[in-house]
Amino acid sequence: MMPRYSIFSLLRNALSYHEDWPEAWRSPEPKPSYEVVIVGGGGHGLATAYYLAKEHGITDVAVIERGWLGGGNTGRNTTIVRSNYLWDESAALYEFALKIWEGLSQELNYNVMFSQRGVLNLAHNQHDLRELSRRINANRLNDVDSEFLTPAQVKRMVPLIDLRAGGRYPVLGATLQRRGGTGRHDALAWGYARGADARGVDIIQECAVDGFRIQNGRVAGVETAKGFIGADKVAIAVAGHSSVMASLAGFRLPVTSVPLQALVSEPVKPAIDTVIMSNAVHAYISQSDRGEFVIGAGADKYVGYGQRGSLPVSEETLTAVCELFPCLRRMRMMRQWGGIVDICPDASPIIGKTPVDGLYINCGWGTGGFKSTPGSGWVYAHTIAKDEPHELNAPFSLDRFRTGYLINEQGAAAVAH
Amino acid sequence: MLLIPCPYCGPRSEEEFSYGNEAHVPRPKEPEKLNDAEWAEFVFIRSNVKGVFLERWVHSHGCRRWFNVARDTVSYEILAVYETGAKPPKLEMRRAV
Ligand SMILES: Cc1cc2nc3c(=O)[nH]c(=O)nc-3n(C[C@H](O)[C@H](O)[C@H](O)COP(=O)(O)OP(=O)(O)OC[C@H]3O[C@@H](n4cnc5c(N)ncnc54)[C@H](O)[C@@H]3O)c2cc1C
Ligand SMILES: [Zn+2]
Repeated sequence: MMPRYSIFSLLRNALSYHEDWPEAWRSPEPKPSYEVVIVGGGGHGLATAYYLAKEHGITDVAVIERGWLGGGNTGRNTTIVRSNYLWDESAALYEFALKIWEGLSQELNYNVMFSQRGVLNLAHNQHDLRELSRRINANRLNDVDSEFLTPAQVKRMVPLIDLRAGGRYPVLGATLQRRGGTGRHDALAWGYARGADARGVDIIQECAVDGFRIQNGRVAGVETAKGFIGADKVAIAVAGHSSVMASLAGFRLPVTSVPLQALVSEPVKPAIDTVIMSNAVHAYISQSDRGEFVIGAGADKYVGYGQRGSLPVSEETLTAVCELFPCLRRMRMMRQWGGIVDICPDASPIIGKTPVDGLYINCGWGTGGFKSTPGSGWVYAHTIAKDEPHELNAPFSLDRFRTGYLINEQGAAAVAH
Repeated sequence: MLLIPCPYCGPRSEEEFSYGNEAHVPRPKEPEKLNDAEWAEFVFIRSNVKGVFLERWVHSHGCRRWFNVARDTVSYEILAVYETGAKPPKLEMRRAV
């Protein structure tokens, strides 16, 4: 039985100097085989395990993670959560995820610190203005909250922003999704891990998958650092390493892997209480609860698996941030890092079947899959349990690149956080 | 940051170049005979190798010529630079997982 976290358990454990908290999940040795093996212990893999157990009663499941839980993009992202995507298929999927976010801390009995502080997208020129107005209308048609802010309204929400005329990046307006905001990245992974573990899922860390056993076109299990593990079904959720997994299983993906960067500043008093994104100039900024400015930068333009990212990319972002927020010019950046994101040609994910029977893939979330983690796990679990996609993820098949039914969410700067 | 040895201008910063992704992807000889799956393969699917990758670059802010590079996508080491149309040099095509 999983002990519930509450004000009372907090008080009780305070008496023992917080030294007796039970571990949040077990660390078992892998069994010889499972009904479902999930490769990758990021948010998507863990959420999938949780919903397999909770929604479909499938508890004979292992999540196999090469490093530590959330050590991939889940623990490296700038945590922006929103659902104001352009196309109907995306709006439906991301809005579904956002609705789960709204009740997630309660459901998991784990504080994922979802903070609906609003997300602004700035327009810097006439084209941006028209593009964003179109987006607002599309969002409203899909029941996604979205509104337009004039420059004066932007200034009221974000007093630090420089709106004096003549800047390099004039602000002509912005969209605002009030229900958007930020979440706590590793809490999302840990909350799902704890919930899945309590339902019987084995979480196996520090165990890389380095091959698949395939018999007569059907998957039979995975080769790992801890030996062969049999499985009726195998579900891949490894983000930047999706092509590597696919090639081990004998098929190819339309994915490009590149490092995406972020930085945080030294902590200061609260100064920005919302999220400001500028797709055109590649800058995203919010302030963490610790007071650091969290800044999302761009992606490298060439294939790379080095988790650092190229210097010109972060320079470009910081230049834009200094233009928009001149008062931040003297801030020191404390940390910079990169995560390997898997980008599809249409900047939309792939969630569904592969050419190998019993082998499923969830990838292509690229620069913006943190927000979708709950929805992605939910539809992926459905796809694995029923061996067919849910109507929410059916459009996001691998086959769309053959049929030509792409879902193009490529933003102005070819990134969509 | 990469220092890319342009075969025509010498070593320059990556900022002067644009990327053309995978090299040696043959253009279909008889496009009208391709089915949808073959078109998808040609247009969208790339090897995205973790290891030694053969890729195309163009020196956009220099001589504006295309050329091929063999680069390790893990260490970012540039192993060879060769002309478009030439065969790749003999290299150990190592792969990582
Ligand atoms: C800098 C940055 C900023 C971002 N900002 C945002 C944002 O603001 N909002 C947003 O919505 N999204 C954002 N994203 C994108 C988001 O982080 C990802 O789309 C999402 O976290 C992907 O989750 P995942 O579980 O699929 O992948 P990951 O969290 O990367 O998990 C995949 C796991 O698979 C494991 N793995 C890989 N290979 C193997 C193997 N062979 N065997 C076993 N395990 C393996 C990895 O170790 C990793 O833990 C950002 C990403 C980055 C890098
Ligand atoms: Zn040159």
